[in-house]
Amino acid sequence: MSKPSSSPTTATSRRAFLQGGGLLLGFALFGAGIKPVLAASTAQPVDGDVTAAFAPDAFIRIGTDGLITLILPNIEMGQGTHTGEATLIAEELEVGLDQVKAVDAPPNDKLYATAALGGQATGGSTSMRATWEPLRKAGATARMMLIAAAAAEWSVPAGECVARLGVVTHQPTGRQLAYGALADAAARQPVPSQVTLKDPKDFQLIGKSSRRLDTPGKVNGAVKYGIDIRVPDMKVATVAACPVLGGKLGDVDDRAARAVPGVRDIVRLDNAVAVIGDHFWAAKKGLEALDISWVDGANANLASANIMAALKAASERKKPIMARQEGDVDGRMKAAATKVEATYELPFLAHAPMEPINCVVHVRPDECEIWVGTQVPAIAQGLAAQVTGLPLDKVILHNQLIGGGFGRRLVAESVAQAAAIAKQVSYPVKVIWTREEDIQHDLYRPAYYDRISAGLGADGLPTVWVDHVAGGSVLGNYIPGGWPEDKLDDDAVEGAAKPPYDLPVIQVDWVREDPPVPITWWRGVGPTHNVFVVESFMDELAHAAGKDPVEYRRTLTRNQPRAAGVLELAAEKSGWSTPLAAGMGRGISLHDAFGSYMAAVLEISVSPAGEITLHRAVVAVDCGITINPNTVEAQIEGGLIFGLSAALYSGITFTDGRVDQSNFHDYRILRNNEAPKIEIYHVKSSESPGGIGETATVSAAPALANAIFAATGKRLRTLPFNRDALKTDGADKKSVSMIPPLAAPIAAALASVKPADTELEKL
Amino acid sequence: MIALNVNGEERNVDVPEDMPLLWVLRDVIGLTGTKFGCGIAQCGACTVQLDGRPVRSCVLPVASVGARKVTTIEAIGTTPAGKKIQDAWLDLEVIQCGYCQSGQIMSASALLDRNPAPSDRDIDAAMSGNICRCGTYTRIRAAIKQAAKA
Amino acid sequence: MKRLGLLLLAAVVVIAAGVAIFLFKPASLPDVSAAQAKLPAGQALIDRGEYLTRAADCVACHTTAGDKPYAGGLAFKLPFGTIYSPNITADKDTGIGNWSDAEFVRALHQGIDKDGQNLYPAFSYAAYAQMTTEDALAIKAYLFSLPPVKADAPKNELGFPFNQRYVMRFWNLLFVPSGPLQPDPAQTAEWNRGAYLVEAMAHCGECHTPRNLFYAVDNGRKFAGAELQGWKAYNISSDKRTGIGGWSDQQLFDYLSKGHAENRGAATGSMGEAVDFSLRHLTPEDIKAIVTYVKSVPPQTSTDKAVVEAEPAALTASTAYAPAADAATQDGLGLKLFQGACASCHGWNGEGLQTPYAALKGSRTVNDPDGTNLIQVILKGAHMTTPQGRQSMPAFATAYSDVEIAALSNYVLGHFGGKQSAITPADVAKARTQ
Ligand code: FES
Ligand code: FES
Repeated sequence: MSKPSSSPTTATSRRAFLQGGGLLLGFALFGAGIKPVLAASTAQPVDGDVTAAFAPDAFIRIGTDGLITLILPNIEMGQGTHTGEATLIAEELEVGLDQVKAVDAPPNDKLYATAALGGQATGGSTSMRATWEPLRKAGATARMMLIAAAAAEWSVPAGECVARLGVVTHQPTGRQLAYGALADAAARQPVPSQVTLKDPKDFQLIGKSSRRLDTPGKVNGAVKYGIDIRVPDMKVATVAACPVLGGKLGDVDDRAARAVPGVRDIVRLDNAVAVIGDHFWAAKKGLEALDISWVDGANANLASANIMAALKAASERKKPIMARQEGDVDGRMKAAATKVEATYELPFLAHAPMEPINCVVHVRPDECEIWVGTQVPAIAQGLAAQVTGLPLDKVILHNQLIGGGFGRRLVAESVAQAAAIAKQVSYPVKVIWTREEDIQHDLYRPAYYDRISAGLGADGLPTVWVDHVAGGSVLGNYIPGGWPEDKLDDDAVEGAAKPPYDLPVIQVDWVREDPPVPITWWRGVGPTHNVFVVESFMDELAHAAGKDPVEYRRTLTRNQPRAAGVLELAAEKSGWSTPLAAGMGRGISLHDAFGSYMAAVLEISVSPAGEITLHRAVVAVDCGITINPNTVEAQIEGGLIFGLSAALYSGITFTDGRVDQSNFHDYRILRNNEAPKIEIYHVKSSESPGGIGETATVSAAPALANAIFAATGKRLRTLPFNRDALKTDGADKKSVSMIPPLAAPIAAALASVKPADTELEKL
Repeated sequence: MIALNVNGEERNVDVPEDMPLLWVLRDVIGLTGTKFGCGIAQCGACTVQLDGRPVRSCVLPVASVGARKVTTIEAIGTTPAGKKIQDAWLDLEVIQCGYCQSGQIMSASALLDRNPAPSDRDIDAAMSGNICRCGTYTRIRAAIKQAAKA
Repeated sequence: MKRLGLLLLAAVVVIAAGVAIFLFKPASLPDVSAAQAKLPAGQALIDRGEYLTRAADCVACHTTAGDKPYAGGLAFKLPFGTIYSPNITADKDTGIGNWSDAEFVRALHQGIDKDGQNLYPAFSYAAYAQMTTEDALAIKAYLFSLPPVKADAPKNELGFPFNQRYVMRFWNLLFVPSGPLQPDPAQTAEWNRGAYLVEAMAHCGECHTPRNLFYAVDNGRKFAGAELQGWKAYNISSDKRTGIGGWSDQQLFDYLSKGHAENRGAATGSMGEAVDFSLRHLTPEDIKAIVTYVKSVPPQTSTDKAVVEAEPAALTASTAYAPAADAATQDGLGLKLFQGACASCHGWNGEGLQTPYAALKGSRTVNDPDGTNLIQVILKGAHMTTPQGRQSMPAFATAYSDVEIAALSNYVLGHFGGKQSAITPADVAKARTQ
C-alpha cells in the first residue's frame, strides 16, 4: 500500500484554514439565498455537517496575526472573480485589497449549490450577480464585531469607534487597535442581527480599478495551475481516446511503446489508452509508438454536413417547443407589407483554453486524492467516487487555478478518465492531454440552424417577429436522466426570447435536435448563438426598410431605456454617422444578456480579395454598478476578441466520425496583430451588477456580420464567416502580394498575361 | 547526462536527447512557470530565452541547447527588460487567466531587450506568435509601450 | 490486283497475329534459381532485404499516411487517371503472400503481376529492371518476414485506352531496360555503386528526369527536373545555376542523409519522404557513392525559375527576430500571417530558430517564383525524422484561405528569395486539388 501523498503547498487545506485562533466568520452565500447566515467561532468550526441550520459556504478569517483570508466558493480562472468578491467584502470590512488573500473553496455541492447553475459551478457570468449583497453583508458583520470588541476593550460606545484599513480607532481619544489584536475578542461578540451597508457614495473600493489579487504570481511563474502540480512519486500520462466519437478501444500492441525509455505503464480504458511515463515526453513518445486498433462504432460515417442537414430537417418538420408567443402572429404575418426571412447556421465550437486538460489523481485503497482546476469541483468529486467505487468523503479534491475555462471546465469527464487511469496503478498520475486530444475530444458548443422572419409595416418597422431556433440541449447534459423531451431549455432561446426591442407580436420557439456529438457550455452558449441571429437579422430588417441600422434600433428601443442608453453611447463614441473610406464598414450589435446591456460598434475593412481587417471596436456597457471597472474592461476586451476569433475562424467539423481540426494551426485563434483597437465606455448605473465575462463575446459575431455587410453589401449568415464569399470578381486571378512601387509595372505586366496562364492550367 | 545552464545554475539532466527543453524544465527540473500550450510552436506559451533570444521550448530538443544560457519566467525579473515588462504587466492589469503570460512576458522582454523603443510593427513581429485565449492583446501592446518608457 | 489485295490481307493478318501474340501471349517466368543459390539464408537475408527495401523506398508508395507499412492504397493522380498502389505485404488474399520468387522478380524487372497482367509504370519497374535478381529476392524475403496485413487497395480509376493493361507491352518494349545495370569499368567502384543505387534502387530519375510524350523518363535530359503531383522535383544535374552544380559534396551529403543542408534548406514533399523513409537509413558510404554519381551527371540547363539568390536584400537586412524595415511589405497580409504562424520557427534571417530544419535561406522552395513547392508545403506541412527527434511543420490548408496562402507565399518568396512573384488565390486553389 502506498502512502498518502502530501498535499503540495499550494493546495488549500480547509481544515488548516478553519483551525487556529482569531475571528472566523462563516456565511451562506448561495445556500440560503441572499440573507447571510453567520456565526463566529474560535473553537470548533462547522465542517462537514451541512444539514445543520448553519451552513456556511464561505468564510472570512481574521487571524491574530492580522492576516485576512477569504475562502470563496467561486473559481478564479482569469475573470477576476476573486478580486471582485474580495472587493465587496473588503469594502464593508474596511480593509485594503492588499490586506486580504482569497482562496478557492473545497468541493461540497450541498454547500455551494449556486442557485443559478444548480450545482457548485462557476459559469454563466453568475459570480458577481449572485454575491453582490451577501458578501457586503458578511464584510459589514465582521467589521461590526471587530468594532464591538474594540468598544468593549476601551469601555466606550461602539458608535464612537470607526474602522479604517484594518484598524479600529476610538475617535474621541485617538486610541487604536489593529484587527489582528481584536480578532480573538471579536469572535466572542454576538453576531449582529442587523447590519447597515455603506451608502454607495462612500465606497472606497467598489467602482475603483484596483489591482487584481491573483496577478503578481502570474508574471514570474510562481503560481501553480493544475497542470503544474507535482506530488511525490508522481508519474505523467498522456492519453488517446478513440478518434471516432463514441468508439471503443480495440487491440493495442504495446511492445514498441514499452521499449521507449521512461515509459512505465500502459493503461487500457474502455474507449481510450494511456501511456504513463517518468515525464510527459516519455508518455507521448510511448503513445505514438502504440499500435492501436479502434472499434469505430455507430459514428463511423458521421459528417458535419449530415448533422446540419438533420438540424435543418428537424427545424422544418419537428413540432417546436414554444418559448414565447404574444399577439396574433399568423395574422400579422399575412397582413405584413413586406416579409423578410432568413436562415442562419452556426458551427460546433471548441473551447481550446490555453491550459490543456489535465488532472493529477492518486488512488489509494481507501482514498482518492485529486488535484485539478475545475469549474465544477463537486461534479468532479462525484465522478471520481463513481469510478473508484469510493464513498464521496473519501475523494479529496484540491481545486487549482485554471488557465482558461470558457465552459470547458464546467464538465469533468476528464477527471473521471484520469481517475480510471490512476485506479490501475499504485502511484499518483498526472494526466495531460495533448492539444490535439483537447481539440478532438472536447465537448462542443452545439451547432444551430435557425429560421427567422419578420413582417414589416408600412413604416418599415417589424409588426411581427418569428424566430425558430433548432439545436441541442446543453442543460440536458447536466440533468440526470436527461432533459425532458417536451420541456423548454431556456438556454437554447436565451438572447432570442427577449430581444431588448419593442416587439409586441412575437413568437420564439425551439426545436430540440441533440447532435450525436457531446456538447456543453461555451462562453455564453444561448446569447452567443441567438444574438448573432437576432442582431444580424435586425440589420437585415433595417436594410429592407431602407433605414440606418442605429436609427432603426433607436426607434425600437423607445421603451427600453437601458438598451437605448448603450445604443446612444456607442453610436456617439464611434462616430457612427461620420463617413468611412471605401472598402470600410461599421456594424453595430445591441443586446442584453447575463444582466448587462451592451452595444458594440465594429469598424473593419474588407479587401477586394475578401480579407477582413479589424480596425476599431467601440463598446458601450451598462452592467449595473461596476465593482472594478478595470476588470470589467478587461473582460470586455477579452470577450470581444474571443468572439471575433470564433466568428472569423472557428468551427469544428467532422469527417467519418472524427474531428477534422487538431491544434492551433487548423483551429485558428485570433492573434495579436489581428486584434482591433478597443474602446470601452460605461453607462453610469445604479442597478445591481450584471455579468460581464461573456457579454462582449456575444457582441462580436453580429457586429462583425453587420460591418461586413456595410463594407461589402454581402450578408453572411453562416459562421465562421466564409471570407471567400467576400471576394470581388477576378480577385482570384490577381496576385495578393504587396508589390514594391518600382516593380509595379512589371507586376502589372505579369498580371496581364495571367488569364492565359490560367487557361493553360485548366488543360 | 546533458548539461544545461538554467537561470544561472548548472544542471545535469539524464534525459533522451530529443526531449524538448519544455519537458525537461517542467517535469525534470521542476520549473513549471514555462507552460505547455500546443507542442507545435504555434502558441508561444512555452517561450524561454536562450542567451536572451526567445525560443519555443516545446520543439527545442534539449541536446541542441548546448552551452547557451536558458532563462525562464522564474528568473526573467532579474533582467532589466524583464523587470520592466513585469511591472508594466501588473500596472496595466494585462493578465487574465495568466496561462499564456509566461510566454508573452518572455517574448516581450526579449523584444524590449533588443529594441528599447519598439514600434507597433516591431510588436506585431515579436508578439503575434504568442496566442492569448483570454484576449489580452490590446493590453500587451500597451504594456510593452509603457515598459519601453520606464 | 486481286492478288495484291490478298497479299496485303495476309500481311495484315500476320502482323495482327504477331501483335496479338505479343500482346496476349502469357508472360514467361524468369529462372531465379541461380540467384537463389547465391543468397544467404535466415536473418542475414532479411537484413539485407530490409536495407535494400529502404534503398528502393518501397514504403513511400505502398503506404498511406497513418496506415500499416506496405499495405498499399496510396493514390497516384496521373494525367490519365488515378491508380492506387497495391498491398505488398505477405497477406495471401489481399497482398502478395501467394507470389513465387520468380513472380516477384518478374514484377520488379518487367512490370508483370502474378496473373501475367501488366502493371502501370507509376510502379518504377523501369528502374528496378536494373536491379540484380539477388537484390530483388532479398527484398521479397524482407517483405515476407513482416506480418501480413489484410487490406484491399481501391480500384484504379482509368479511362480507355489507359485501362487496357496490354498496351503497356509496347511501352515496355520501348522503355524498359533488360537485365541489371552493368558496371562501367572506366569508373571507380564508388561511382558504380552510386550508379546502381541511384538508377536501380533509389530511382531518382523517376521524379527528377522529365518525361517524354509516352510518359517515359527522357534520359536525354537526365535529372533536368520535372513536376508531378503538384510538386517540383528540381533539376539535380550538375548545372551550376539551375542544378546542384553549386552544392558542395558536404551539402549534398547532408541533404540526402539528414534532409537538410546548411544554406540549402530542407527536403519536403516527396523528397522529404525519400530522405525520411529511405536515404537517411543508408550507410555514409552509400550516400557518398550517390553524391559521387549524381555529381557526375552532365549539366542540364532547365528553364525552371527556381534559382537561388544567395543574399536577398530583405533577408540579409533582417535579424532572426525582426524583419528588415521594408516599405513594400509593411502592412501586407503575407507579413501579417508570417508574423503569426511562421516566424516562431523560421525567424526572419533564414536560419531557423529552434532547429536548422526550419532554415529557409538558400532553399529552392523559397526561391521559385512559381511557388510550386512552397504552396504545397504550406498546405500540407512537412515531417522529418532526425537524430534529434521528429521535426514537423503543421499543415495550414484547413484554416487558411487561398488568399492568405497566396499572400503568404508571395511574402516568403520576396523576403527569403528576393523573388518578385505573383501567386494568385487561383494558384493555391489548384494546388489544393493536387
Ligand atoms: S507549447 Fe510551444 S509554442 Fe505552443
Ligand atoms: S491570459 Fe489567459 S490565455 Fe492569455
